[in-house]
Amino acid sequence: MEKRSAFERVTLARHPDRPGTEEYIRALFTDFFEQRGDRLFGDDPAILGGIALFHGRPVTVIGQRKGHTRQEKMHCSFGMPNPEGYRKAQRLMRQAEKFGRPVITFVDTPGAYPGLEAEARGQGEAIAQSLAAMSRLRVPIITLIIGEGGSGGALALAMGNTVLMLENAIYSVLSPEGFASILWKDSSRAQEASEAMRLTARDLLELGVIDRVLPEPEEGAQADPQAVYRTVDEALSQALRAADRIASPTDHRRRRYLEMGRRLVGQERG
Amino acid sequence: MINDGFSNRRRQLLRLKVLRERRDPENRVRTKAEGVFFPCPGCGKAVSRRSWWEHQNVCPHCGFHRPVGAYQRLEQILDSGSFKELDAGLCGGDPLDFDGYPEKLRRLRETTGLQEAVVCAKGRIGGAGAVAGVMDSRFLMGSMGVAVGEKIARAANTARREKLPLILFCASGGARMQEGILSLMQMAKTAEAVTRFQDAGGLYVACLTNPTTGGVTASFASLADITLAEPGALIGFAGPRVIEQTIGQTLPEGFQRSEYLLEHGFLDAVVPRAQLRGELIRLLYLHGKGGARHGEAQRV
Repeated sequence: MEKRSAFERVTLARHPDRPGTEEYIRALFTDFFEQRGDRLFGDDPAILGGIALFHGRPVTVIGQRKGHTRQEKMHCSFGMPNPEGYRKAQRLMRQAEKFGRPVITFVDTPGAYPGLEAEARGQGEAIAQSLAAMSRLRVPIITLIIGEGGSGGALALAMGNTVLMLENAIYSVLSPEGFASILWKDSSRAQEASEAMRLTARDLLELGVIDRVLPEPEEGAQADPQAVYRTVDEALSQALRAADRIASPTDHRRRRYLEMGRRLVGQERG
Repeated sequence: MINDGFSNRRRQLLRLKVLRERRDPENRVRTKAEGVFFPCPGCGKAVSRRSWWEHQNVCPHCGFHRPVGAYQRLEQILDSGSFKELDAGLCGGDPLDFDGYPEKLRRLRETTGLQEAVVCAKGRIGGAGAVAGVMDSRFLMGSMGVAVGEKIARAANTARREKLPLILFCASGGARMQEGILSLMQMAKTAEAVTRFQDAGGLYVACLTNPTTGGVTASFASLADITLAEPGALIGFAGPRVIEQTIGQTLPEGFQRSEYLLEHGFLDAVVPRAQLRGELIRLLYLHGKGGARHGEAQRV
């Protein structure tokens, strides 16, 4: 398993049969009530969210939805949210705070939707406000990176107090294709980019971006979803227990994110 | 060794040159550029170097706003003699061991006289104290890596501790690819820092300049109390080329420009460069002495 290349993991993370947010919600929670709409413009099917019970405890659960059939995929813009999606997520998080529910987020997106209307309605502002909302939130956030964690569109749901990541999931500043296209002007060098970007769970653990890697079956999550659900269920229960012991989730989160990359900071005098 | 000596010397000279220009801007014009003309990228008319200088890099014919260096901008905005740089020598690392990245940084430091893509400073604007940060697009497109994120977070913290308003001039292509995921994490870091500053009652004014895109738009640049932009600046999350590829058609004229954002409700005002300092003085004045209600205001 150690020998699997970063690009093989990219392929697995994008596997069409890999369980998505919908499947995790169905498998791990009961009494899911879907909440829709941002109360400003519309409802974005690329973000699925609502209230549910996790082992009998009410939680707010939010995640990107990719869909499986061609029709579903089109409907969900292949898991690329619009501003309405992020604003819906903010609404749900604030409500979670009001009722003292922890927030559980599932991250699985190639990135925010780069379209004309998305820009007109403030895609950048929507993501920024999501980051601000998560910075302020007084209830704990647990994030699970289950597939693709692409760019700001992923981060907008990923500022957890605890960030867990499946072994074959990826999380990066941009897709390997975009990275190769920007730095080498050649998107066909995606495979090379995957190796250079340090986007695997193990790399991210080393960089201090995530807290724990969750193992998958030998062939990947799609080979035995039930086994993955059991792993995730166990890890989530543990993370929630740990989160309950945090005196101030807000301060905890603030320290976590202010620390990002600090090990690299130096002083240079010319 | 000898080469090192030369390049150190060269770097020092560049730093000195930057300092000299800051003190006596006219000097540069007199000694070098009398009679040298540069065509305006907006209207194509020839504009003399002196004229570019006198108009703060704005075309006197069509009003096109050319980029301004970070130190030059601070000089335009701050009261003269009040500039005090913060974290001047702060630098990041090379978390991906990315081929050629440290050399690229070294070269840019030599050619631009900048240490990183943002310069932060404490100073006064119309007599009122402020913390200002200015991004410089000459340095890897103003991209945000660990050093930029850290400097902005520290500027916000300084402003919070000293109860000063925070003014950030954004110019950035987004997150810095060469530092990978840690660049993405700087979005979270800067968002944390500016929201904490604002929740403590601080006034945060952002001025978006050409271009402000990607991870900078999607973090601190979009979180200000007051958001200004220079005319004609490209402001957005996805770049125009990416959008054209997605939708398979060319974008309408003026799309993602300041005026378009103003119309769509994402800006308070589009302010020409010549009026920026005046508007900032007014905004600080409107927020009272020191520019903010530090300590009183809680959460919104």
